[in-house]
Formats: sequence, C-alpha cells, structure tokens
Amino acid sequence: MNSGSHYDVAIIGAGLSGLAAGIRLAHFGKRVCIFERHNAVGGLNSFYSLGGRKYDVGLHALTNFVGPGVKGTPLGKILRQLRIDRDELALCPQKGSRVAFGPAGERVLRFTNDFALLESEVARDFPAQAEGFRRIARFVRDMPLAGGAQGPSARAFIRESIGDPVLEDMLLCPLMFYGSAREDDMDLGQFAIMFRALYLEGFARPLEGVRVIMRVILEKYREAGGERRMKCGVRSVVERGGRAAALILDTGEEITADHVLSSIGAVETAALTGARPGKVRTLGYVETISVLDRQPAALGWGDDTIVFFNDSDAFTYRDPAGQVDTRSGIICFPNNFDYGPGRELAEGFFRVTCLANYDAWKGLPEDAYRADKARWFGAIQDSARRFLPALEPADLLERSTVATDMFTPTTVEKYTGHVRGAIYGAPEKNPEGRTALSNLYLCGTDQGMLGIVGSMLSGISMANRHILQAPVSAA
Amino acid sequence: MTNEECKKAVLDIIADIAPDEDLSNVKPEVRLRDQLQLDSMDFLDIVMELRKRHGIEVPEADYIQLASLDSCAAYLTPKFNALAAKS
Repeated sequence: MNSGSHYDVAIIGAGLSGLAAGIRLAHFGKRVCIFERHNAVGGLNSFYSLGGRKYDVGLHALTNFVGPGVKGTPLGKILRQLRIDRDELALCPQKGSRVAFGPAGERVLRFTNDFALLESEVARDFPAQAEGFRRIARFVRDMPLAGGAQGPSARAFIRESIGDPVLEDMLLCPLMFYGSAREDDMDLGQFAIMFRALYLEGFARPLEGVRVIMRVILEKYREAGGERRMKCGVRSVVERGGRAAALILDTGEEITADHVLSSIGAVETAALTGARPGKVRTLGYVETISVLDRQPAALGWGDDTIVFFNDSDAFTYRDPAGQVDTRSGIICFPNNFDYGPGRELAEGFFRVTCLANYDAWKGLPEDAYRADKARWFGAIQDSARRFLPALEPADLLERSTVATDMFTPTTVEKYTGHVRGAIYGAPEKNPEGRTALSNLYLCGTDQGMLGIVGSMLSGISMANRHILQAPVSAA
Repeated sequence: MTNEECKKAVLDIIADIAPDEDLSNVKPEVRLRDQLQLDSMDFLDIVMELRKRHGIEVPEADYIQLASLDSCAAYLTPKFNALAAKS
C-alpha cells in the first residue's frame, strides 16, 4: 500500500466541526487529512465575494459568547482545547436584541448578553411567570455542556413552569430559528443547548465577520500539521466487514484511514455508503441581504442587533405551504455590535431570514426562479419592516441600497451539499455520532449543537470520544 | 529533577492548557479538579503535553496518578529522572 494515501484519520468536510476535530487530532500527533468538495472552507459558516464585497454566509452572530473569566462554558472549552487565545477571535458583543410579537411587534422581550435584562423583561410583562422562568434557567445552567440533544418535548417541559402560551412561544421563537430542525417543538436537550447559547450567554461578532474565525482556525490546523485537500470531496465509502475500509475521492483516487469523521450530515454520510434514505423532512430558509450606503441607525432604525419577529401571538415553526412564510423571521444588523470607539462596518447591512419550502424552490426553470426571488425579496423585507421604525421618506431604504443578494434552500444545497438545503440537518439528532460502520463517526450539523461554537464543540467531542478515546473518569 | 521542579513542569503545562485559570495558589495535596476547572479532556491534554514536551508516556491505567500535584510529582519525577539518566 502506498503510505501517502493512508491516514490515521480522514475528515469529510472542511466546515468548522471538521476543522476543529482536525486541529484536536493533529495536536495529538495523528496524521489527518480533510477532504472538501468546495473551493472554500467553512461549510455553513463561510463567506463569499460578490461585486467586490465580502458577505458572511448565514452568520448573524456567534452565539455562546461569554466574556473573559466566565468558567465552564462552551466557548471556554473550545478556546482551551484548540489552544486559541480569545483575543485572536476579536469578538465584539451585541448591542441588544429583541423578540417582537404582534402585528407591529407590540409585545417585546429585549435581551442582551446580560441575562438579568431578559429576566426583568419577563418579570415586567409576565409577572405570574417570573418564578417559572427562573426555574427553567436553573435547569439549563445545571445541564452538562455537551449533554446530547435528545429527550422529551421542550414544550411539555416549559409548560410545567410557564403557564402563558404567549411567553412560551416568545421564548421558543429565537431558539427554534437559531437551531431547530424539528417543527413546532424542540427536544429538551436541544432546547437547553439553545437557551444557554442565546439567553444565558449571548451574541458576538468580529468586526470583519466569520472570516476572522476561519483564518484563526485554518492557521491552527496548519500549525498542528493537518493536511487538507480542497475541491476534492469524498464520492463514496467502501464498506468491508462493518468498517469504512476505504474512501473513493471525487478524483477517483482511493485512500484509506483508520478512522473516518464525517461532518456532512447523517443522511449525506449514509448516502456515501450507498444507503438510500426515504423521504427526509427538513426545514429550509431564505435570506435577503441589502447593502446600505450608511449605518442602519443613520436610516432611523435604531441599534437592534437581532430582531426575532412574529406577527401574531402564536408562533408557527413549520415547513411553509408556499415558497416562503413571511409571518415570522429574523432581522439582523451586523453593524450593531459594539466594535469599540471609531470602529464600524464600512457599509450598512440589513438581513432578513424566513422559513422557506425547499420543494417549492427546487426545479424551477431559471427565469421563474429569478422572478420568484425578486418577488419574495420585496415581500420578505416589507414583512420585516413592520417591526422596525417607519422610515422617512418612505423610499429611503430603496434609495440607500447599493447592492442586494438573496439565498434560497436550493442555494444552500448547491454550495454546501446539505440535502434539501437543510441548515440544521435532520430532525433526529445523533449526539453519540455513531454510524452503521464501526470506524465512521459523525460530527457537526446532526449532533444537535448550535452555531460556530457548537459545531466546533461537536468536532472536538467526537475526536476526543471516538478517536483519542478519552477515559470517562480520569484522575 | 526534584519533586518541586516536577510540579513546576506540570503547572507550566496546565498554564498553557488552561490560560484562564489562576495557578498562583494551587494546593499540592488537593486534587487538581477540586480546585481548578479541569475535566477529563484537560487531563488528556496534560498527558499529551507530557509526551510531546518531555517524552514521558502515561498509560491510561495511570491517569489516576495525575490527580494532585503531589501525586504527579511522586509518579512523574522518577520518570523524568530515568529519562535524564538515559540521555
């Protein structure tokens, strides 16, 4: 056998979970290679260039942000285990976010990176529920960090403590939008992960966006001696005796590895071994992006970082019947993080995300697809603007817009390879990461952890558990 | 190498693994995980650094020996000295 084509560990996909696992394994002296089909790293948390501008893919914010000195958190864990100095990530905290319900967002819960604000908002608007809310927060604080993402219904759990369905939906809306692959409910474990990530901890962003994080991670991987091959995906996994015996690359080459870690999703990984999954239920999203010639605050929009909106008291989180569900969504202003005195993004950004139906977008002829995108672009922004201060004159947004972009579930599928453009993977999570093959493990999107920090934590945990074989009760 | 030098070597490793921990007051007789936020993964990192920096192998069955600075010194100092004698 050619020793050049054998690795201790082969990792499929150069997203953040695969890279984090790679760093960890390379630190421990493993010979690691990451195979990535795309020409860019980052997977679902990447960036792209268009018309001379750089755009983040989907990164509204890094969640799980805590300041220095806060112990025992997911962010602390990844910094430690990947040997990253927190200053390298240059994270700047959010200014403040809100959940806005009702036709014009009359019901509001504001939250920041200081949990006390959300507590006081709940106590003010839902005084009878304040104690129940605190009980939920205590439960989440006591959960182990990587406790897995399965369990009973989060709604049933919330109802034991909170008796007001509006508060229940207002609390769930951001958590579902930021990481639930399940319709209208969440697994309790997933709920706890998300509650911690968004409410107990919080949002931050580097001034220059996700590429700062990618640069740091790539450099760590390179320094640790990890290899990667870009524009070279894994076409199939050859199974022998219940093991992943070899990988066939897109180039037709065959390579072997003692362990294989796949970050491309559970269904996508199974497909590499020839499995043909039945119909997969997924949730898709559209996002509109407007680039503005000034800061959003200068337009008269204030300094919200993220607004989770829903135009009635009851929140529906379901695959839409039509192409897009504009009743609810997420508004993000990447400008509104506290970047420090004199530091701001050169241009304004106004991004809106809504649920979208994959099947209604897939397979459209090119001209129909473009026409639908243009039509929904306006409808999505109009819907979101109901939750923002009215602009004067009425066409100020159009006049200050210098560029736009939009993605649909088919865009996500095309660039990330995730089946049906599912950003949060399949509804059933696999926190153990085991597959039908004994030396093939999953990391990333189908483990139920969330966002940049969660994906890295997932890669680290799977590398530790399955390959470095951490003893469960050392020392 | 003395026991004290050995403890220093272990503390140096912990300082790199857990830069956010205050190591100025670590009690040598108390279990490290009772006074610092270290989990089993962090101990795995200590084992790795001992191998990388000092060429010392700690088999899994002996991880328990790394519980406190005192037990680290008792277990590791002879290993350090045996390595030094060889070279």
